[in-house]
Amino acid sequence: MIFDMENETLPREDLQKLQLRRLQDLVARVYENVPFYRKKLDERGVKPEHIQSLSDVSLLPFTEKQDLRNHYPFGLFAVSRENIVRIHSSSGTTGKATVVGYTRRDIHTWAKLCARSLAAAGAHSGDFVHNAYGYGLFTGGLGVHYGAEELGATVIPVSGGGTRRQAMLLRDFGATVLTCTPSYALHLYEAAKEMGIDFKELPLRIGIHGAEPWTESMRTEIENKLGITAIDIYGLSEIMGPGVAIECAKVKKGLHIQEDHFLAEIIDPETGEPRKPGEVGELVFTTLTKEGIPLLRYRTRDLSRLNTAPCRCGRTTARMERVTGRSDDMLIIRGVNVFPSQIESILLETEGLAPHYQLIVTRSGNLDNMEVRVEVDEAAFSDQIKNLQRLESKIEKNIKEFLGVTAKCKLVEPKGIERSEGKAKRIIDMRKEQA
Amino acid sequence: MKVDQLSIFLENRAGRLAEVTRILAESGVNIRALSLADTSDFGILRLIVSDFDKAKENLKAGGFTVGRTTVVAVEVSDKPGGLHAILEMLREAKVNVEYMYAFVNQTGSHAVIIFRFDRTDQAIELLQKNNITIVPGEKLYKM
Repeated sequence: MIFDMENETLPREDLQKLQLRRLQDLVARVYENVPFYRKKLDERGVKPEHIQSLSDVSLLPFTEKQDLRNHYPFGLFAVSRENIVRIHSSSGTTGKATVVGYTRRDIHTWAKLCARSLAAAGAHSGDFVHNAYGYGLFTGGLGVHYGAEELGATVIPVSGGGTRRQAMLLRDFGATVLTCTPSYALHLYEAAKEMGIDFKELPLRIGIHGAEPWTESMRTEIENKLGITAIDIYGLSEIMGPGVAIECAKVKKGLHIQEDHFLAEIIDPETGEPRKPGEVGELVFTTLTKEGIPLLRYRTRDLSRLNTAPCRCGRTTARMERVTGRSDDMLIIRGVNVFPSQIESILLETEGLAPHYQLIVTRSGNLDNMEVRVEVDEAAFSDQIKNLQRLESKIEKNIKEFLGVTAKCKLVEPKGIERSEGKAKRIIDMRKEQA
Repeated sequence: MKVDQLSIFLENRAGRLAEVTRILAESGVNIRALSLADTSDFGILRLIVSDFDKAKENLKAGGFTVGRTTVVAVEVSDKPGGLHAILEMLREAKVNVEYMYAFVNQTGSHAVIIFRFDRTDQAIELLQKNNITIVPGEKLYKM
């Protein structure tokens, strides 16, 4: 089903006209209201009236995650604080989180786009949506929640954790749609199986999974084990949250970008130059309608490519290929973004440990596991086991607290960490080999 | 009255202990006493050696994290209740033993126990007051 028939099936020419009009309005708004953008545009000698066609977007400056951090918490907001009705934030150590704000209209737009996404995945009013994305500062839970309500479905706001209880509720309430990270879907399946609950006997039809990278083989596994259709959803809090793009259940080949609200570009991550149509590069979004924190050319670091060919589902919006990788070293652990630099600052803050560390990421069963190996230098060393174990648990606790992700800390000998050409290899991600 | 103990951080994997003994052997350093505490991931090797400075220098050069810990060596009469009398004394004074291990000694009538106390100075004072023989470091390194 197409939730917003008019906007999701606009002839591309009309869509581009709409995008241009909104882009012009956006540039005027940020020039007027966001000192950061006014300065950047002035430096480039660009005035809002210079935007005459969609390709003029290349005149605009990029926005990096670091720009949001530099203006922590509210420095990039384009409206006064009393017009912000909600705040969300991505994980980060103190002062490093990225904070986004939504106006009442932004919240409604988001709900509508999530409703579109759920509909594209095959959900409809009357469905029971078991929403196991985390509720809170993370956009996943509340984003899907409002979208499901907008669609007219019944939301079960389970949030994350308590897996056995979730399996029980899934059975007892008879949910028809499951929304969670792909790895959690499989985890839930295992827990249910142990409790004697067979997913295939449940009325569940659809799984809507995102917030972490997954593969086609994982989709097959979810679909076979849970007896459902598994759909990929894409979003990021800086742009809006879940619902920026969604696969259609009919074709399942690429994720439809909600292009009337987000202008997508593919650039060369090294040079920033636009890539030719159909080439893989870094995905960049400009938020065309957002009021709270509109962003020009936000660099997602996600690698993908765009396909503007018409889709059999009837939507005319461009499709982005499933994200194939990252153009930087960010890790996604159980749906949480983790930067090695964050681990580094936590170690430095934890009793002045030397930042000699390594992150080993594995997938056991269906869950991501992260091990943080830290070299023990003389300053941190003790002749007593209990002191070193205390140090390990302190690091684990700080990582959990600041990043919201569970990690195991393992102390290692100095130089115990693999170095290539004098540079320590910080990340060993073994999930790809295992997948 | 105090003894310098060498503490070495070891990853719990094959060959690490042998690497320590190789470095000590090549340095001509003799091991007087040792104890190894371990967890599933790592261990701490504690050594009393014939030449502390030389051992420490060469182990550090070999890439190990090494620490100096002050311990106390106590002569315990080699008969039932010998160790107990000392521990009882420490208990009454509320001195905590972090860990302890025995010293290899050929003489026979006495055993030597290495103690790591939470309050070393107070422990020494207490032992001396009770006429317990404390073996000084210099003597121990040459035993």
